[in-house]
Amino acid sequence: MVGEVIYDSARRPPPFWEEWIALWAYRDLVRQLVARDIKVRYKRSALGVAWSMLNPLLMMVVLTLVFSHLFRWNLPNYPVYLLAGTTLWNFFAQTTTLATQYLVWGGSLLTRIYVPRTVFAVSALGTGLVNLALTLIPLGLIMLVTGAPFHLTMVFLPLAVILAAAFTLGVSLLLSSVAAVFPDIIEMYQVILTAWYFLTPVFYPTEILPAQYSLWLTLNPMHHLVSAFRGPIYAGSFLSPTGFLATAILAVGVLGLGWLIFTARADKLIYRL
Amino acid sequence: MMKPDRTLPAAVHLASEAGLTTEPVIRLDSVSVCFRVPLEPIRSFKEYAIRRIRGQLDSREVWALKDVSLEVKRGEILGIIGRNGSGKSTLLRVIARVLRPTSGRVRINGRVAPLLELGGGFHPELTGRENVFLNATLLGYSQREVAARFDWIVDFAELWEFIDAPLRTYSTGMVARLGFAVATAWEPEILLVDEVLAVGDQAFQKKCQARLAEFRRAETTILLVSHNPQLVRGLCGRVLWLDSGRVRASGDTDTITALYEEGMC
Repeated sequence: MVGEVIYDSARRPPPFWEEWIALWAYRDLVRQLVARDIKVRYKRSALGVAWSMLNPLLMMVVLTLVFSHLFRWNLPNYPVYLLAGTTLWNFFAQTTTLATQYLVWGGSLLTRIYVPRTVFAVSALGTGLVNLALTLIPLGLIMLVTGAPFHLTMVFLPLAVILAAAFTLGVSLLLSSVAAVFPDIIEMYQVILTAWYFLTPVFYPTEILPAQYSLWLTLNPMHHLVSAFRGPIYAGSFLSPTGFLATAILAVGVLGLGWLIFTARADKLIYRL
Repeated sequence: MMKPDRTLPAAVHLASEAGLTTEPVIRLDSVSVCFRVPLEPIRSFKEYAIRRIRGQLDSREVWALKDVSLEVKRGEILGIIGRNGSGKSTLLRVIARVLRPTSGRVRINGRVAPLLELGGGFHPELTGRENVFLNATLLGYSQREVAARFDWIVDFAELWEFIDAPLRTYSTGMVARLGFAVATAWEPEILLVDEVLAVGDQAFQKKCQARLAEFRRAETTILLVSHNPQLVRGLCGRVLWLDSGRVRASGDTDTITALYEEGMC
């Protein structure tokens, strides 16, 4: 290390800023943790990377059989509709869960060596993004096989992913703030996730929800994020400008809130780990 | 700012005798650390909610450190002794920035590297090589720094043969060697040592001690925590005795360790 690092406990920048500087200094650690997650995941399974492709394919086959034959929704290219929505939902669900597990794993480290506390949530996000990118391959395959059209609107996908990433990181940080003190929150969160999944049009069309749920749909951030991701792939549409603006404000707002609360409480969390 | 301390002049004398610079690299001004410990541990949200409603959220304050002032100069080797729970590890954590002081001020001038419970960040499924990178970045080094020092680390740990094998195939001794090599690969301004000098077999222990001697020559400031006065006597120029979070005495190694041993009887 070059130069002197000077630390003065009486002259600290505000926590949200101090944490950002620290996180930037430890960016290689984030890279290492993401690489570790991906490697460990694929080392453990005999099928390796193929598994991350096969898993959504198999699930999609099952769900397609169940839903398109049992419920008879009139959705053309249902497999594409389903897989696009599920991809984004899984990204959110897996990343937020991983972030809390990380904090439990890293807890014993955090009490012994100094590591920026947001490293774990940010690494979980990195892992989630890599997995999301990998799922786009089977999605593309299915679109080719089923003859679904490729829309130009897919150029909006990165925007949708950025919004989803901001919201997911915000929720991860909020969740971590609580989970560090009460680990049972992680189990409760799994129940909430399941309920939330069924209440969000991921595997069923939005139209089948009765009119009285329209307020819920408007207030459900995951509905907007799933739509923003699925629209460009499935329907050749993207959020309306106002819809985009509202979703962006919400996603960035949750991220800001999560960052502020987590960094403000991080020093106290160490006592509880 | 320093608390009046009978034995301090001896330490200052020692430091100047050794030709050390007078600028302190570590300065603690009446540092206190307070833990709020619930009378009964609450580990679940359900329990918390129930108790909150019933108004049973009693906690008591435990002062892990109370009014500790300390100055350590560049190149000094300071021993910190005391019984279990006397605040030794808390003191190291405050210096390593893991804990923030509840009150008081900590000033550190230089890079702090911890040498505590080695190998905590290792992952069994990853290879030795991957673990070196993971562990070193956990300690705050960049990938480029690790790559530049990688050969040295594996040389020191004597693990070239196994470096691409998963860590779960390593023996405990091999893991400890790799951990020590990573933790000491760079020469920080300040090294925190928490009783981990007994690593690996005899030959490797000699190597570890030789490495610590190199640190001393490089004028690294070393803080050594131990409850073994023998170890402290062999290495440290000055000793701080902690008792229930307070400084019981500090100063010349022989005087303080003798006092400490008397106190233990």
